[in-house]
Amino acid sequence: MPEIVPETYIAEQNLPYDFCPGCSHGQILGALNKSLLQQQLDPSEVVIVTDIGCVGLSDKYFVTHAFHGLHGRSITYASGIKMQNPNLKVVVLIGDGGCGIGGHHLLNAARTNTDVTVLVFNNFNFGMTGGQHSVTTPLNSITATTALGSSDAPMDIAGTAQVNGGGFVARATAFDKDLPDVITKAMKHDGFALLDIWELCTAYYVARNDFGRKEMLGYMDSMQMKSGILQETKRPGFQTRYKALKQQSKNQDKLKSLLLETKYASTLDKPISIVLAGAAGQKVVSAGNLLATAATLSGLWASIRADFPITIQTGFSVAEIIISPEPVLYSGIIKPDIAALIAAEGKTKITRLTKEMDQADTIYFAAGLGEVDSGAKKIPLLFPEGIVKSIKKNISILTAAMLVQELDIFPFKALREAVRKIQKTKVAEINLEILANFEENK
Amino acid sequence: MRREMLDGAAAITRGALDAGCDFYAGYPITPASGILSHMLRELPKVGGVGLQCEDEISSIGHCIGAAAAGATVFTATSGPGLSLYSENIGLAIMMEIPLVIAVSQRLGPATGAATAVAQGDIQFMRWCTSGGYPVIVLSPTNIPESYHLTKRAFQLAKRFRSPVFLATDKETVMTTESIAESAVSTKAKNAPDWPAIPAEPVGNPLVPFQIDGTIHHYTGSSHNKAGHITKDPEIIAEFNAKLADKIVSRTAEISLIKADLQKGAKTLILSYGISARSMEAAVKQLRSADKKVSALTIYSLWPIPEKQILNCLKGIRRIIIPEMNHGQYRREIERLVTPDIELLGVNRVDTILITPEEIVEAFYA
Repeated sequence: MPEIVPETYIAEQNLPYDFCPGCSHGQILGALNKSLLQQQLDPSEVVIVTDIGCVGLSDKYFVTHAFHGLHGRSITYASGIKMQNPNLKVVVLIGDGGCGIGGHHLLNAARTNTDVTVLVFNNFNFGMTGGQHSVTTPLNSITATTALGSSDAPMDIAGTAQVNGGGFVARATAFDKDLPDVITKAMKHDGFALLDIWELCTAYYVARNDFGRKEMLGYMDSMQMKSGILQETKRPGFQTRYKALKQQSKNQDKLKSLLLETKYASTLDKPISIVLAGAAGQKVVSAGNLLATAATLSGLWASIRADFPITIQTGFSVAEIIISPEPVLYSGIIKPDIAALIAAEGKTKITRLTKEMDQADTIYFAAGLGEVDSGAKKIPLLFPEGIVKSIKKNISILTAAMLVQELDIFPFKALREAVRKIQKTKVAEINLEILANFEENK
Repeated sequence: MRREMLDGAAAITRGALDAGCDFYAGYPITPASGILSHMLRELPKVGGVGLQCEDEISSIGHCIGAAAAGATVFTATSGPGLSLYSENIGLAIMMEIPLVIAVSQRLGPATGAATAVAQGDIQFMRWCTSGGYPVIVLSPTNIPESYHLTKRAFQLAKRFRSPVFLATDKETVMTTESIAESAVSTKAKNAPDWPAIPAEPVGNPLVPFQIDGTIHHYTGSSHNKAGHITKDPEIIAEFNAKLADKIVSRTAEISLIKADLQKGAKTLILSYGISARSMEAAVKQLRSADKKVSALTIYSLWPIPEKQILNCLKGIRRIIIPEMNHGQYRREIERLVTPDIELLGVNRVDTILITPEEIVEAFYA
């Protein structure tokens, strides 16, 4: 039991309410006050989150914490508050307008089951801006923006929360005597709780349509939308689940840096750019990473960028590597010194680059890819027959190995060390076996 | 000698964690998703919260709510996501919420050339709120600076109770590079020699929602000091003036540049972010050909470090400004310098990084 429990949670100095005569908002706020009294909460334990619309005026009437944000976004702020401090009781007061513009947040909050309580002040139109139609406006209703009657199917807010997994869902009216009790149940529920509270906008909706308390109940019946608690699940709230995740993660390794000791030497005196152009699934980027890592282990500096389509296991895969005796400044490659064409997809992808290459540059090409429109020297990628089980499967690492031998920038040992340093044990074993077929650089 | 290999996403993540970030919410978007994955994996290990939300609006909404409850918050996105962030950036400004936003720029407009490097969002970051209130924008040129400027962004966000952007790009975030050992850690031996940001907040400190008997109000509406909505013109005028003034009047404190000036140089090359690296390479080429040239890297894009820039203009007749947009920072320099100084842009918006050679060519033009 908290030390300070007030006699009322209403900030009485701010009364009377600013709402229009006959508006039901005050009744719902009264029910919320009664619920808070039932729960005997410390006012600083409660955060009332509102957004835009007449209901957004409500936070000043409470002696609790308050957060007043942008239209339809209140559920997102509330969920953030609750994630940061799960001990707070977070209550969202939102209108049917907010549920429209923020519908995406509403249905996803139900899905995640984030532990906030949402009280929907559902009066079937936008009150604050002059009575325009909202997502819950009943069919054929006259509003400021439906002169001939609304023709859109009304959204079932409670139903939306229900089908999307909301932990506690109820439908009520502002006139229900048990509203404080239902609010209390909702607030005590671990998980997303939504109360779709139907009420009257006397200024606009009631004035333009034959719609009083009796008609509202009749409409509820005709829509077969029952009042009362519609759903109560035992699925833990998101914050409870996240707490468990935190516990599980506690002993996991933190983001570590992979330190590469300079073990080998290099005589490279100017930057060299290498492009490996293959296809998805050939582990092209992985081979590029090995070259860059081996260079770094040899006291050089390297950059590597990968290019591939958004789809995986299909299309091109290109690795652009720069190896330099100085830290790399320009990481782009306009005219590569070396291009290795490993697959047709990659060859096509880097046409722009190979066209730029001249006799100072070299293109290595896999079988069948030798026809290239380029002034560069062209050398076939030939691997010793028989020494490797499947050239096709391992072509990228084989290409990297061949380049290390051909270019002689750093010792072959550096490539083996790179495999051991950055690849997972199983992959490393396979690759080291392949590299065992190569001799040290001449 | 020890080195390590990592990309900008990892450096930014480490910077955020070392700055005490304990809350991240974001939505997947290339080229910022690396930061999302790292933060979601790392935060629960240190007792923090890392979330993927249903969209960018919800992501920044979660961040702002969590900050009001005391979290040190961070999010990252790219241009299309920044579009969705913009309404809530205004809210963060109005509520004076410390919020660090990394923008990994890609070539737009709209989906653009997904996913290619660009620097087209620097004016968007500055002006993305209604009312045009100032924000702070920092821009790293490489991986170590990505780490250090991320940390600095958190310090600035806390001090100014304001959104602070880290304007980075696809190339810096997604390219893996070898860097010196510890260049990206709290133990950084060669940490940049930047003036420290005072720890105490400008104006009132943010008091988070907590169960301690005290009550707090946060609102996106014009409000008085207690956080209650007001329509009193005098209170509104005073508050809005403060929102702008707290940053503008402390431009000197926020300003961060790297001046590489050469005596007798008549040409200054001025750049930022990834293009500043092409500039540096071009300056090397020019100086090795015995040309005199000065270079200026801008780390604090907004507020514009006007005094620092003007201090670099002694004897300068011409400024070359490489940037991967249609001249967004050039227009700021244009209004800053006297009309007798010639301005020359080197601009690319075609997915390809500006080459050092293009800048050298501009020098000889």
